[in-house]
Amino acid sequence: MTNIAGTKARLVWAVNIAALLLVLLWTIPTLGLLVSSFRDRDQISTSGWWRSAFSSESSGFVRAGTAEDQVFIDGLYVIEGDVTEAGQGISAWGVSSKDPAAFAPGDVAELKDGQRLSVAADGQYRLTSPSEFTQTRGMRIFTTVLSPPAFTTDNYARVMGAEGLGQAFLNTFTVTIPATVIPILIAAFAAYALAWMEFPGRALLVAAVVGLLVVPLQLALIPLLKLHNDIGLGKGYMGIWLAHTGFGLPLAIYLLRNYMVGLPREIIESARVDGATEFQIFRRIILPLSFPALASFAIFQFLWVWNDLLVATVFLGNAPDQLVMTGVLRELLGSRGGDWEILAASAFVSIAVPLLVFFSMQKFLVRGLLAGSVKGG
Amino acid sequence: MEQLGFAGATIVAGVFGCVAWFWGSNWLLDTIYPPRGENAGRNILRTNMIRPWLFLAPAVLCLAAYLVYPVFNSIWRSLHDAAGQNWVGLDNFRWLVGDPKFRESIFNNLLWLLVVPALSTLFGLLAAQVTDRIRWGNLAKSLIFMPMAISFVGAGVIWKFIYDYRDASQDQIGLLNAINVFFGGEPQTWLTIPFWNSFLLMAVLIWIQTGFAMVILSAALRGIPEETIEAAIIDGANPWQLFFKIKVPQIWGTIAVVWTTITITVLKVFDIVFVMSNGQWGTQVLANFMYDWMFRGAPDYGRGSAIALVIMALVTPIMVWNIRNVRREMR
Repeated sequence: MTNIAGTKARLVWAVNIAALLLVLLWTIPTLGLLVSSFRDRDQISTSGWWRSAFSSESSGFVRAGTAEDQVFIDGLYVIEGDVTEAGQGISAWGVSSKDPAAFAPGDVAELKDGQRLSVAADGQYRLTSPSEFTQTRGMRIFTTVLSPPAFTTDNYARVMGAEGLGQAFLNTFTVTIPATVIPILIAAFAAYALAWMEFPGRALLVAAVVGLLVVPLQLALIPLLKLHNDIGLGKGYMGIWLAHTGFGLPLAIYLLRNYMVGLPREIIESARVDGATEFQIFRRIILPLSFPALASFAIFQFLWVWNDLLVATVFLGNAPDQLVMTGVLRELLGSRGGDWEILAASAFVSIAVPLLVFFSMQKFLVRGLLAGSVKGG
Repeated sequence: MEQLGFAGATIVAGVFGCVAWFWGSNWLLDTIYPPRGENAGRNILRTNMIRPWLFLAPAVLCLAAYLVYPVFNSIWRSLHDAAGQNWVGLDNFRWLVGDPKFRESIFNNLLWLLVVPALSTLFGLLAAQVTDRIRWGNLAKSLIFMPMAISFVGAGVIWKFIYDYRDASQDQIGLLNAINVFFGGEPQTWLTIPFWNSFLLMAVLIWIQTGFAMVILSAALRGIPEETIEAAIIDGANPWQLFFKIKVPQIWGTIAVVWTTITITVLKVFDIVFVMSNGQWGTQVLANFMYDWMFRGAPDYGRGSAIALVIMALVTPIMVWNIRNVRREMR
């Protein structure tokens, strides 16, 4: 028996560790971006984000004071100062570029002409000489500086203001909200007709909707752009709302119809017997009962439109005041791929809203996925 | 702000317009054919014939204009030259067959098709199985599912950071190179290594899709009847046998659905390649290839449409399969 219990305990451990590994693998990439977005440019480019919680070392040199700074104390000429900024410390220092970490903090270096230099751990240095200093350029003190972990929100302030992400944020909202609401309305009526009304051609229509679920929208870009130009819509919000409505409809109709078909027949039949019109049945019974399905689709469509790049690029144009957030991110990746602090903060601003929606409405999202797992992309 | 007002006004106008259409057309129908009086019976029959189409009209119009028309228009365009002026027959397709970039795209797309659905489903199955058996399973599920909410572009940024390269003399800031250097390797510019760089791009999509697979498969696993599992345990099946011989065979249908859904996503994959490598270094895929021909430099709508039709052709078998499934369910 003990043997069986032992295997079981080991299995539980194995399962827990496997789950932990998966979770780590799946969250670390995003975590890296989040941490990086709070670091400044120098930190990002000199050390990996996983080191951000520890002090970072950087080496360089600082020039000591010149002859003008010297004071005469107790028979010695002294130059004093600080080689670090507030909050930093040093772990090693030196006086030549050949051996920049020759001395430990607190050591005293003997230099030529009886001069002596000491640097304390907090960065205070003291250069003394029995004869008067004459140099007009300070000597170089090589340091290995320890900076404590530091985080900043400057990147966010910068991207929201100067980098035009604030405008893009507004644009994205402007695109997303109507593009989510309008297809729901249109689809709800169609789904009701397909679910509860008898008419010739119904099965064919349902099949057509299922078929249209997988039509690659790449196919639609050029014909629609031409169509929009021909009817005078051109590039603009109206065009992109309509496009997203069209592309979202198959999934919306499919999801809602599946849900509505499952509603209890008796309720609808008895309402019909009581003389309710189809419109009343739809508004008073079907719509309220279908709320979960409506919510599922709303979340899908919201995430899809918010995250979309292709449709926005094609139908909205690339002028700076028209870019949505994914478009801004793409521009940043292309033109300034090295500016990680800007990129990281921008990316996080753009994924913050979907993540918020995701975590607060996950229940509906999962339900929708389970109901409509035929669609992709 | 003005813009949000504009958007708000559109929502109000859109909602009002829809309601006006549905309510108004229904009212009109009932006025023309009143369901009472001498012709009540005939009128009711007639309204029952017409009313569904009133409910369906906006949706059908929208679908026709935004999805059906483009398919036929694309076919027409693919048989014409760059500007859509002159008939060129199958020249665009002939050009496609001979074009090395097209072959590269097809090859890469097939590679994506083999790898991404398989690994996403596998990881999803694994994640579903382990998270169903631990106490913090729901939290774990949320976290693995999370990338689903992140845009492909955002994911591109996230992963580009992981693949970042610094000269060997500097500290590596990309996680992959840091690990590589830690184990004594030379830092690599990962995204430029031919052939293998495609797999690095696939990793991004797998990372996004695994959560989807997990959620669906987890529901399927929970739907397996307890008795079959108990019987297997009594018969002495070990956990591996239980999983592969009892559970997996019972959810084949769901696995197929997950697989095909991810397959469709893969066929249309665009954003990831577009922002991470833009098809350079041998990573081109069909959707990005099409974008190149349609929107970069001198646009060639004929060739672009031909490529789009190739994607459509690849999706068609899945479309037919889906339609057949739904028709079977409806009967």
